[in-house]
Amino acid sequence: MKQILTVQNLGISFSQYMKGLRRRSLKVISNLDIELHEGEILAIVGASGSGKSLLAGAILGILPENAALEGEIYYEGQLLSQKDKEKIRGKEIALIPQSVNYLDPLQKVGRQIGISIQKNGGFRTGGSDESRDKTIEHDLPKDKVIENILQKYGLDKAVADYYPFQLSGGMARKVLLATALTSGAKVIIADEPTPGLDEPSLNEVLKDFRGLADDGCSILMITHDIEAALKIADKVAVFYAGTTLEVANTRDFDGGDSSSGDGLLRHPYSKALNNARPNVGFLPSEGSQPFPDNLPKGCPFSDRCVMRTEECEKELPAFREIRGGKVRCIHAT
Amino acid sequence: MKKSTRKFLFQRFFKLITLLIALCVVTFILMELSPIDPVTAYVGASTKVGAEQRALIAEHWGLNRPPVERFMAWFTSILQGDWGTSMIYRRPVLEVIGQKFLSSLALMGIAWILSGIIGFILGIVAGIKEGKLADKLISAYCHILISTPTFWLGILFIMVFAVQLGWFPVAMSTPIGVLAEDVSLLDRLSHLVLPALTLSVLGIANICLHTREKTADVMRTDYVLFAKARGESSRSIVFNHVIKNVSLPAVTLQFLSFSELFGGAIFVEQVFSYPGLGHAVVQSGLRGDLPLLMGIAIISLIFVYTGNLTADILYRVIDPRIREEVKA
Repeated sequence: MKQILTVQNLGISFSQYMKGLRRRSLKVISNLDIELHEGEILAIVGASGSGKSLLAGAILGILPENAALEGEIYYEGQLLSQKDKEKIRGKEIALIPQSVNYLDPLQKVGRQIGISIQKNGGFRTGGSDESRDKTIEHDLPKDKVIENILQKYGLDKAVADYYPFQLSGGMARKVLLATALTSGAKVIIADEPTPGLDEPSLNEVLKDFRGLADDGCSILMITHDIEAALKIADKVAVFYAGTTLEVANTRDFDGGDSSSGDGLLRHPYSKALNNARPNVGFLPSEGSQPFPDNLPKGCPFSDRCVMRTEECEKELPAFREIRGGKVRCIHAT
Repeated sequence: MKKSTRKFLFQRFFKLITLLIALCVVTFILMELSPIDPVTAYVGASTKVGAEQRALIAEHWGLNRPPVERFMAWFTSILQGDWGTSMIYRRPVLEVIGQKFLSSLALMGIAWILSGIIGFILGIVAGIKEGKLADKLISAYCHILISTPTFWLGILFIMVFAVQLGWFPVAMSTPIGVLAEDVSLLDRLSHLVLPALTLSVLGIANICLHTREKTADVMRTDYVLFAKARGESSRSIVFNHVIKNVSLPAVTLQFLSFSELFGGAIFVEQVFSYPGLGHAVVQSGLRGDLPLLMGIAIISLIFVYTGNLTADILYRVIDPRIREEVKA
């Protein structure tokens, strides 16, 4: 399948003022790599502070001004500059933000969904294929499109006249989803799309993501919720302290020896993460993710790793391909 | 009318009444404590008026009665709609206030509108360009203005625009030596320009700095970030999101600024000898004209209170979050 979005060696550092006028640069992301293919859902999992949300900011070019970017981001084979990002965001790549706070509190929901439509002058439903979604057509007036998309998510058309503060958590989630769908983008970045959803709504959202991907849309799902991610994702990227440690196929998480939970995973951290899942091993692991200004010299996980050798502390292991996945560990087999 | 709205208005009305009573009492006490003797202020330094005659004047005005009794007398008559007679203008207080208020209103109105519009626009620009050159220039301008005393700015304007350039008259609201019926509108306007400018220039800084702060806050919100992520242009972000979210506090602030406007007008009218309410309040204070001072105090309180109330009501009308809560 065609690669649509590639992030290579992404590094993000923030300059911050220390005591007095001394300035220092804090590198919070050092070696992030991901590849997103057409029609694929790539889940990105990792603890808070592992750099998940910053990745979304970097792709869309919306990082704060004191952030410096390294590495390359390619979209459809083309290296993206900040200008390119500004041009394609919202049109080719859409963001589903974390919470209702990302909606303008003084603008009606319908209008906010409408912004995406207006800007593209028409309506695409992802990819280059003919309108796949029968409820959404090119030439419909904007109101009708908004009504259709709300209806698709089981929301009354009156919701278009609501203000964001009147939405329940689940409704807000769906409205945020709708803003991305009406944009007709080929890539959707969903930043923590599941928290606060009840079971039926959660399943509905996950089903929608899967449906979108099956229609050719590519989805980058940034999440804490491994269980939800494993239900729909094709691949899972595991982030740790600003580095991609492993990109695994979803089935690697539950294959192999089910009693140990190690499955077919490659990196010791991914294994530990998998073992911590409630219905696998429910085993906590010692220690915690190091802070960006206090990283071990070699592998960022080396200070907690059970397989650590002296080699691990020398330099960051290269990203290499093993059994159809990628891993950054010299001991992985 | 909805129950909550009725309750809201009733509460505000009750507050106004209690505030008015408190204001009357405090103003009266302050006047009592003031070292100015109304009789001396009235007759001036003339030696022709003997001590006996002074006593007679004092008795005629009721100054020899105990303060509480005098206050009650004044208070009961004002409840009956009699505001008394101004000692210095020798006309009914209401008539004096009415006339002065009109000329002040023109001054304050122009200053209010100018400062509101210019301040808001400058504030939005500075807030969007936070940290950039435009912001630094606008902020520096505002900080200089805000630390400038009103009277000093007024004198500066007179020196530059009236004395040296001769563009506008130095003072008063009409040309000297011209009959009231011969004064043209142009005359009145040219007399209004400098005082109105002085008053608005100071208001601009206030509105601008508040708007700038709020705009910068809005620019940092998640919803502006999301708007960027959706590919909205800076223009679209400003017109779709920033202006509405910033105008709510700006409108409120603009109505809350009635008190500063009135305070500023006192200085400006004094510097330009502009015969408005501000000028009258200084005169009545300096010359112990209790009825006029009390009258102006009441009127200005109602004026400022109306501004605050308007801000409150507008907030309920414009902000959907408050409006919908009221509905529910």
